[in-house]
Amino acid sequence: MIVLENVGKTFKDDDQGTVEAVRDVNLKIGKGEVYGIIGFSGAGKSTLVRCINLLERPTTGKVFVNGLELTALSEPELRKARKKIGMIFQQFNLFASRTVAQNVAYPLKYSGMTKAGIAARVKALLGLVGLEDKESAYPSQLSGGQKQRVAIARALANDPGILLCDEATSALDPQTTLSILKLLKELNSKLGITIVVITHEMHVVKEICARVAIMENGVVVEEGDVFSVFANPKQKITRDFIDTTSNLSKIHALIEEDSPIVRLKPGECIVKLKYLEKDVSEALVSTISRRFNIDANIIFGDIEFLGGAPVGGLILIVNGARSDIDDAIAFLRNKNVGVEVILDAR
Amino acid sequence: MQGEILRFLNEWLPNIMPKWPIFFRSLGETLMMVGISGAFAFVFGMFFGVAVTVTKKGGIMECGGVYQSIDKVVNFFRSVPFIILLAGLIPLTRLIMGTAIGVRGAIVPLVFGTTPFFTRQIESALAEVDRGVVEAAQSMGSGPIEIVCRVYLKESLGGIARGTTITAINLIGLSAMAGAVGAGGLGDFAIRYGHQRNQLDVTYVTVLALVFIVNLIQILGGMVVKRNVH
Repeated sequence: MIVLENVGKTFKDDDQGTVEAVRDVNLKIGKGEVYGIIGFSGAGKSTLVRCINLLERPTTGKVFVNGLELTALSEPELRKARKKIGMIFQQFNLFASRTVAQNVAYPLKYSGMTKAGIAARVKALLGLVGLEDKESAYPSQLSGGQKQRVAIARALANDPGILLCDEATSALDPQTTLSILKLLKELNSKLGITIVVITHEMHVVKEICARVAIMENGVVVEEGDVFSVFANPKQKITRDFIDTTSNLSKIHALIEEDSPIVRLKPGECIVKLKYLEKDVSEALVSTISRRFNIDANIIFGDIEFLGGAPVGGLILIVNGARSDIDDAIAFLRNKNVGVEVILDAR
Repeated sequence: MQGEILRFLNEWLPNIMPKWPIFFRSLGETLMMVGISGAFAFVFGMFFGVAVTVTKKGGIMECGGVYQSIDKVVNFFRSVPFIILLAGLIPLTRLIMGTAIGVRGAIVPLVFGTTPFFTRQIESALAEVDRGVVEAAQSMGSGPIEIVCRVYLKESLGGIARGTTITAINLIGLSAMAGAVGAGGLGDFAIRYGHQRNQLDVTYVTVLALVFIVNLIQILGGMVVKRNVH
């Protein structure tokens, strides 16, 4: 359990000005949760995650981890507490002069374990991340995905209850990203470890997070479970993030370049339907065409599953009597579907 | 056959042949000067190099005062030409060693001349260690001393070996210069016989010996570097 209370971090820059990287952040991250913090670069998310293990000491506010106030600890106590908070990085940050096994063994050195105990632990950790056969390789001989696996094994060496991931997949290709995310998901369910994921990529959040915070200019502007935040975004930046993965916004580009698909005949209009609720079991498109005697042509759709529930919508060209179309729109709105008329040629 | 070689050597190296005992004594003096002052410079330079690295802005024990003092002192000693340092340090040398001449007298100025250079070599070797790797060690709960020993020094062994090689070779040059003011060693040998008595073969043999030592150090250093860079 991680609790951030009014956490703020101000940096002094070279000409004695100040930069507020993080401002008044309040977050509660539950035990065993996979929590995403998403923001564009410069939003302060990397600083925020460093405030959790105090690699950056917050200038204001308090940080609690499992009920222990980290901001009140002495340096030696803090170092002890850090052993129970694993962290992985965008650039992996492995020790180039040590082999894979020596990297993983690094944090075990003063743990009071015997040599044989450490060797066994290293073996088990490498097994956990699927790299049993790379023990004696050096980091320079590994691919990016393998390096991150080693980093994960090293971060898990002291059995931490929390794993902080600072852009952990941002230097990896899409396929490797997926395999690392899958591994994190597995670790979360197998070990019950709390995972905090910092990212600027929407699909990372979509893939593994149950809850998400959106950061902009050092402030958490929106926070909640992934479905409600992304199904019903309140802030522009949240919508921007959704647009980075959804192709529904492509419709505007199509209209702008006057693509043949969106050229309307008189009496037609283009509408965008968006699911706002988790329940989309009803056959809405066929219902409206039957009940209101209109034709609905699906141009494209984009439906994603976030936290197990569908988010997204459809772009339709509807054709029918003016009053029928109006009735259909009213009907849909009544069913809690977001309806937006994008182009109207009636 | 043996007689042939001897005659050949006597013909081509007429002046050095009777001086082999002096030559080897000089070689021994050079090695002693380089070895002893090198050992001190290594320890001091390592200490100051690490101190500069950890106390600089953004370092793991950031401390502007310590950083500035070491930085300024190092710059000061690096800007003094060695030949002036030799003369200027005579009182201090007398105080510490009891004499300002011979091998003993050369050690103090050699340490002062080499330590600042080696400090910079260590500093630049440690600067190669990625900040992110240090951060990773911090995130695993390592303290400053552990980070210095297990991250900074371990990760930059190759760079340190490289810096040590360069410094050792530099030191041989300086020790020859120290010879000019009465420190003994190969430099003194070459000046006294090769230069002042115009016995060219003495100079050549001395140069050859120095080339040999420098190459040996370079090869050894290269081997250590190779073993430690992955």
